[in-house]
Amino acid sequence: MNLTTKMIVVLTVLTMVAGGLLSYWDGITSPRIEAYRLEQLKQAIAEVLPDHESYDEVKADGMILYIGKNSNDPEPVGLAFEAIGNGFQGKISIMVGISLDFKKINAIKILEQLETPGLGTKIVEDPSNKEDRFWFPNQFKNLITEPQIDVVKNIKPGKPNEIQAITGATISSVAMATILNDGIQKAKSIYQLKVQ
Amino acid sequence: MAKSKTTLRYEFLKGLWDENPILKSLLGLCPVLAVTNSAINGLAMGLATTFVLLSSSIIISSIRNLIPNQVRIPAFIVIIATFVTVADRFLAAFFPLISKDLGPYVPLIVVNCIILGRQEAFSSKNSVFRSIIDSSGMGVGFILVLVALGGFREILGSASLFGVTVLGDWFQPWLVMILPGGAFLGLGIFIGIANWINDRRARA
Repeated sequence: MNLTTKMIVVLTVLTMVAGGLLSYWDGITSPRIEAYRLEQLKQAIAEVLPDHESYDEVKADGMILYIGKNSNDPEPVGLAFEAIGNGFQGKISIMVGISLDFKKINAIKILEQLETPGLGTKIVEDPSNKEDRFWFPNQFKNLITEPQIDVVKNIKPGKPNEIQAITGATISSVAMATILNDGIQKAKSIYQLKVQ
Repeated sequence: MAKSKTTLRYEFLKGLWDENPILKSLLGLCPVLAVTNSAINGLAMGLATTFVLLSSSIIISSIRNLIPNQVRIPAFIVIIATFVTVADRFLAAFFPLISKDLGPYVPLIVVNCIILGRQEAFSSKNSVFRSIIDSSGMGVGFILVLVALGGFREILGSASLFGVTVLGDWFQPWLVMILPGGAFLGLGIFIGIANWINDRRARA
């Protein structure tokens, strides 16, 4: 066998074996990865919506609305959706639970973020605050979204649509408000178009 | 001395100190700097890298006589990339939280120069058994430094070790230690101490 043939044969066999191995491994791992993703999503929806027995999904414009329902109640309890936008360094993805008129947030849960450890990550959890490690995300509970969510610095929020920024992570704090404001607008238009 | 350099014992131990991939060869520094913000992340990254290093060494040293010299680099890369993908998917499926923390640095093991370096320098020229010894030594050396650096930065930056709080309320965490700057400071101190010890040994 001359050298050229040998090179072709060796690389072909090698890549075929590698491909076969990887597709076998993918078959084992991808159901688990997918199951974990779904579980995380369900858990997030359960956390941000008020008590509900089931939810319907409405897909439009690359966004999914999860509408929470109880069997004995004709009116939905509220709806949830995923708002995604730019944070300080990377994408922040937030599960938002909101009332049907889009005026009041029920709760939020951050699904993904790549903020600065120790500063921007306080949007999820703040270990330096001994009273309430979750003071920042908790601010969004029952927050009024009209005319829009505003961020104040260094003072306690005075109005029902204001949240206080994290010291040292103003960009992350403002990004949260912007992502929510944009997401709420988008979800509202989808809801009015598709559901009502 | 010349003889002792080729014993199996030395083949393993050289990875821990004399030829430590991080402290001595300064290889694979990108993951070292990026993921050592906590001890557990350092450990996970070290284990994943060692798994890839060991598996690739076994395969490459066993088929080293079949691979034509001209295509050895692409062949090595295919083998390494396969094991990296296996490790990445394994972490994502079974340890999703760690996988999320390590982010893109697991796929980047492909370009970790320790792995390709060991294949070029050792596995492609030595028997399977010797390659296993060599990569285990290098892997353990890599893990030790990653865990030590991760622990050092976690204690100073988050006042905890492996997620358990070790320093009381009196200690104000140095935030910079878990930020990129802390990685450079920590690694610089580690390499400095290693050089200082070597220097003293050489003089003694």
